[in-house]
Amino acid sequence: MEELKIILENLDWSPLLISLKTGFAATVISFFLGIYGAYRAMKTSPLKKSILDGLLTLPLALPPTVAGFFLLLVFSKRRPAGSFLYHTLGIQVVQSQAGCVIAALVIAFPLMYRTARAAFEQVDINLIYAARTLGMSEARIFWKIAVPCAGPGIASGTMLTFARALGEYGATSMLAGNIPGKTATISQKIAMVMQDGDFRTAGIWALIVILIAFLILVLMNLAAGKKNRMVKRW
Amino acid sequence: MGFSFQEVRNMGFSFQIEKTLGEFKLSLKAESQGNRLGILGASGCGKSLTLKLLAGIETPDAGHIRIGENLLFDSGQKRNVKPQNRRIGYLFQNYALFPHMTVAENIGAGLQGKSAGTLKTRWSGKKIQRQRRVQEMMEKFQLTGLADRLPGELSGGQQQRAALARMMACGPEVILLDEPFSALDVFLKDQMQRELEELLADFPGLVILVSHSRDEIYRFSEELLVMEQGHEVIFGRTKEIFANPRYREAARLTGCKNIADARRIDAHRLEVPDWGICFCLEREIPDGVTGIGYRAHDFVPVWGGRRNHCLSVQVRRMAEMPFEYHYYLQPVCQSGQQTVPRQSLCWFVQKEKHIQIEERGLPDYLELKEECMMLF
Repeated sequence: MEELKIILENLDWSPLLISLKTGFAATVISFFLGIYGAYRAMKTSPLKKSILDGLLTLPLALPPTVAGFFLLLVFSKRRPAGSFLYHTLGIQVVQSQAGCVIAALVIAFPLMYRTARAAFEQVDINLIYAARTLGMSEARIFWKIAVPCAGPGIASGTMLTFARALGEYGATSMLAGNIPGKTATISQKIAMVMQDGDFRTAGIWALIVILIAFLILVLMNLAAGKKNRMVKRW
Repeated sequence: MGFSFQEVRNMGFSFQIEKTLGEFKLSLKAESQGNRLGILGASGCGKSLTLKLLAGIETPDAGHIRIGENLLFDSGQKRNVKPQNRRIGYLFQNYALFPHMTVAENIGAGLQGKSAGTLKTRWSGKKIQRQRRVQEMMEKFQLTGLADRLPGELSGGQQQRAALARMMACGPEVILLDEPFSALDVFLKDQMQRELEELLADFPGLVILVSHSRDEIYRFSEELLVMEQGHEVIFGRTKEIFANPRYREAARLTGCKNIADARRIDAHRLEVPDWGICFCLEREIPDGVTGIGYRAHDFVPVWGGRRNHCLSVQVRRMAEMPFEYHYYLQPVCQSGQQTVPRQSLCWFVQKEKHIQIEERGLPDYLELKEECMMLF
């Protein structure tokens, strides 16, 4: 017990902070982009929709290292886009916290987009039609009808996105690297200490991650279950 | 008893619409000065699609839509008024109440952000005005006390009232009713039909009712458009179409139970092989008549001597209904031998008339009145 206390006291908590910050930032951005993407997808023709869908969901199907590879290709300071960002705007993506967020964003965004789209598809189309005949503007219909009706689905999508962004490893390690105190997230920390055979520290971090993930899943179920308390038990 | 002398100003309408959805092709044309139109057709014939096209929810591939003075759609002029600006109220089959809003919020949903004015008046005056309108609608549709309920907590009749209140709150010029009573059980149906009748009596604009129920159509519409698979079968005055449907499909949809192929022999003689009879008619039979229809209520039972236009039949089955008896009959040929049973005839007898049959036994013949025969 005493031993655990000493370890916890000496533990560097920066990975938790970095992971949470990254997770929050990536989730907030995915939330708006994902809902917007889903909204656009609902309005386009089937062909365009499936192409858009394929592009937006691709990162989910790819190994994170492949996503990391392409991200490096874009943001590396030796490449045009990355060089422009660094030299003109002073933004460094590689080996920075911005890199952490972008990597997590790319990997987690498809989850948000997918669940938001599925939630919109579940909304009774007649509600949208009715709102139109009542003279409601498209923006009002979106915010007052579509989003609230898709609420539970969007909420659980947000939770899933956060969980995925929090635990992102592959693309993050390639784009942002593993700099202690700067870009070392929990997942990277675990991988690093395991290389030294430090099971105890790895275990502590693993427990923390499990706790957070469990919390998220419970919240997600509550969010989804709120509206339909009438869900039948088997 | 008071009469309302609200002027029924006939708006008139004219539309010609083409729309292809996959395999389904809709092509309709109608024009009238009336303002109570019914659309009758079997499920999947394109009735609801027609309403959606009129409301602007779906866009026609070609054609035009004009209601009153307003040209709402014209493919030639590339004109397509948004559904928001068509001033068309649409009552959906499932009412489409917003499930997350209370009754009051539902009714007020279409009232926001409509009138212009300065920001200040919009914020202060507008809100009070809106609340007043919602209150007014709640009273008119007997929803007071239900303001804070969610649609899921309402009965079927209350849901329909809420949907009607929401629609009327926006002050539509045209009302579209899509199978308005199909979701209600029999008792409620009758009550809501009466309520809707009252509401429509005061409504000066165009009303279009879509239904597969001939009773509803007969009750609510002055003019009738009968549809089959996206096409017009017949368009005209409702009562005239019910009296003389002129087309087999129209006869079937207006509830004619006995329809058979017929062969015109000459100007006054018509052979109906399925019924084993050849009619000699007073009126002239037009060229190209291929069928005959006869309503199940219109047969006259005959005991004793055979008269003109008498069918000889055998009873195959009888069913007792709450207010009438249904007989299913098999025609017998005049030569005495039974025809191949292709279809049975239906004869509906009201209970008070049935007493006669109970006293005298089944009639020897069924007489068809010439004025009730429908030729097509």
